[in-house]
Amino acid sequence: MPQKVAIIGTGQTKHAAKRTDVNIRELVNEAVTRALIDAEVQLDEIDAIMIGNMEPFEGFMFPEHWAVEGWGGYLKPSVKFNTGGTVGTTTIAASYYYIAAGIYDTVLAIGFEKQSDGHTQTAITTVGDPVWERTMMAGAVGNFALMASTFIAEGGVTDEHAAKVAVKARHNGARNVNAHLQMPDLKVEDVMKSELLSWPVRKLDMCPQSDGAVAVVLTADHLAKKRCARPAWIRAVTTAHEQQYMGDSPKRLAVMRSQTAASRRLYKMVGITNPRKELDVAEIYEVASWAELAMYQNLGFCEPGEAGKLIDEGVTLMGGELPVNPSGGVLCTNPIGATAMIRVAEAALQVMGKAGEHQVPNVKTALATGYGGNAWTDAMILSASF
Amino acid sequence: MTSGVAIVGVAQTCYEAAKDHLAYNELVYEVVAKLLRETGVKMADIHSQITASQDMFDGKTISSMSVNEVVGGYLKSEAKVAADGLQAALYGAARILSGSFEYTLITAHAKESESRRPAVTVSMFDPFTQRPLGLHDAISSGLQAERYLHVSGVTEENMAELSRRRHLDAKKNPLAQRAGDFTTKQILESPQMAGPLREMMVSPSSDGACAVLLASAERASAFGKRAVWITGTGNCTDAYWTERDLAEARALELAAAKAYKAAGIRNPAKELDVAEISARCAFEEPMYADALQLFDGDPRAWIRQSAKGEGIAVNPSGGAITGNPTSVAGLTRLAEAYLQVSGQAGEHQVAGARTALAHAADGICGQGHTVVVLRGNSGN
Amino acid sequence: MAKTDEVIRVPFLMKMEYRYALGAYASRFFQELKDHGRLFGIRCPECERVYIPPRPVCGICFVETGEWVPVSDEGVLVGATVVRLPFIDPMTGERRPVPYGMGIIRLDGASTAMYHFVDETDDAKLKVGRRVKARIRANRKGNMRDIECFELVD
Repeated sequence: MPQKVAIIGTGQTKHAAKRTDVNIRELVNEAVTRALIDAEVQLDEIDAIMIGNMEPFEGFMFPEHWAVEGWGGYLKPSVKFNTGGTVGTTTIAASYYYIAAGIYDTVLAIGFEKQSDGHTQTAITTVGDPVWERTMMAGAVGNFALMASTFIAEGGVTDEHAAKVAVKARHNGARNVNAHLQMPDLKVEDVMKSELLSWPVRKLDMCPQSDGAVAVVLTADHLAKKRCARPAWIRAVTTAHEQQYMGDSPKRLAVMRSQTAASRRLYKMVGITNPRKELDVAEIYEVASWAELAMYQNLGFCEPGEAGKLIDEGVTLMGGELPVNPSGGVLCTNPIGATAMIRVAEAALQVMGKAGEHQVPNVKTALATGYGGNAWTDAMILSASF
Repeated sequence: MTSGVAIVGVAQTCYEAAKDHLAYNELVYEVVAKLLRETGVKMADIHSQITASQDMFDGKTISSMSVNEVVGGYLKSEAKVAADGLQAALYGAARILSGSFEYTLITAHAKESESRRPAVTVSMFDPFTQRPLGLHDAISSGLQAERYLHVSGVTEENMAELSRRRHLDAKKNPLAQRAGDFTTKQILESPQMAGPLREMMVSPSSDGACAVLLASAERASAFGKRAVWITGTGNCTDAYWTERDLAEARALELAAAKAYKAAGIRNPAKELDVAEISARCAFEEPMYADALQLFDGDPRAWIRQSAKGEGIAVNPSGGAITGNPTSVAGLTRLAEAYLQVSGQAGEHQVAGARTALAHAADGICGQGHTVVVLRGNSGN
Repeated sequence: MAKTDEVIRVPFLMKMEYRYALGAYASRFFQELKDHGRLFGIRCPECERVYIPPRPVCGICFVETGEWVPVSDEGVLVGATVVRLPFIDPMTGERRPVPYGMGIIRLDGASTAMYHFVDETDDAKLKVGRRVKARIRANRKGNMRDIECFELVD
């Protein structure tokens, strides 16, 4: 029988555009120290460490080897993952499988990126296939603008809907001490008047580039119950990939095949039939305001064409029926190698009742997703009980 | 074993200096297609894939994107480790043991020919104090070789003897890259790389791919003698290269101890029939064989013995020194260990091999180590 | 030792050179484009999708692709934008000039789409659903830039 797996502690750095006060080793150490304190676990109780990071962003191959003392990996098993935006969830999924398999009981998962050490848009452009795509790639912004245009063409969403999502994220982020962007007074008009980067994406529609790290302590059921009064159980984990090239799924955002497949598979695994009603909170990897709207449909929170209505009715706001990204989400904080794991850490905080000022009341079931590469998806369900 | 994990098939490309004719997806599809053909398993039955590659070598952010379609990843659960493919195999085994998947397809690929190794490997070094010195991995290996030779008493001639033997063994492996009946003189007179290391004592730049299919106990039962059990695994990370004694491989000792314990091996030198060790450089082999407890005492005596083909069979495939790419080398060791204990190694078959070890090293001067112990279903 | 709050950042310029192999499928596509200015896709024998870029296997059916089929140099914009944010182009190491038009283009006869430049920087004109035609260079080298860009034709 597989072991059940729970999250018993998390730690995040203060995320910011430039953490020039620390190097990678020190940045990671900040998150790890906080996670160990939060979980009340000593380093010698950690059986293995799983790390997620995207080397091209810092121009550093095996940065985790250099930073080993910062994350406590000395003479411990460790493995490094690199799957793009999803890497944080990929790393949690790996930790989950290793513990479920009984190979390790307690795993420390780490995600980090120090974007200010390199050129983010350039590293994102090299995601493009060198022969077919790279000369035409235009960083994250151009790519998301193209994707958003496919979604707008389907109808039902406006600039104002997108602006409302951007405002929701920044208002939520203002209540999260770790969030990079803190904009409690942002208004819809401010977003709609912000600089047009690449139609339809305006500056405030887009996520920032951040320096940051996150660490999560996961453990097997027999330890979780002893160590933590209210752990966040990982009920189910899944991943769905796309085909090789950017244009293989032409509608990209409007029809995100991987996200639809992954979420439906996940809901089936835990018996969810109406995600909007049965989920208490969602921490999703939204990247841009427009993406969040599309993901409402792809994740089954609403019918196709009704994403605008969902934000208009306040369903996904704090206090709404299904709050989405109470942390402020990727729109407030985006250290790429950490971003997806922050979604999991934030979902865990909600389930554990430790989210502080951005806590959603009585969370029993939470969804966390990762998004990356060629529009592929990781997804998992966290729950207060198993 | 009812809850274990078995390898039910492997496939490798031949290893070459430059596979100019193949794009990454074609390179990896070659081994995936071969593996499916030989095992008879359909991609529709495989729902889990782990790939291994390095963005810096591939010159592509998220290097797995080039291959996730040809490994069958569409709407399935592919993940990429940015480490040696043997680490991917460990994760794949965990996925099966978790009860979530019945098969996991492991692939590793690299084309070192497409980049310049020094320009890529400089990015492994400390950005503040070491990169300004223009370090790259051939230099750190040279420094490590100097240190190991000083501590162990192993000589340049010893390294040449071992290198000669591995290149000779590689002649029996049709997939090997640099094989031949070289003299120790030729090896000692080949161009100097760094420190005591000569060109013929270091793996040449290499292109290739390897695939391994892992199966649950239930699925493996249909494969008979072609199913080989993973009986022990271990992995460990050491301190950064400038913060440890480079003449030791403490992380490997710990990784091996864990794998041996799980596999019930008390005396590795006696109980193992074959060891496939990832040694890019000639000096690494005695250092790692020592950490793996494959001999006791003077490494020079072991080298002389192994160079004559006596004692435990180490790297009968020729080993990584004859040319295996980064990220692939360790998975190649697993594939070769599998071929040995399932009696499919052809001309380089070690007679009666039943228990084998595969090893991988990652990072500067072997900072990370992975060990897998395999056991075949019956002798051959 | 002096106490300081000043933090230092060390510059490190990476010059990365790569030599990417096109492989059999891309080589054949670009040879045809170079020699005859024509575009080809490859068909999956099972689902009959026509793929551009051509590839060894259809990821959806997981069967080897078969027949090469000609596709039109005209198609439709599935996605479109005018890029205004400047960034360092990894192909050149230089800042790429902005603004420029881009599209996700599905050529007539193809099932998948490709990213390419569109010769239009007016947001009001560059819209999803519009028809485009490839502007193929007279002097071709056998790479993606042999298609200089697409232009609006309706």
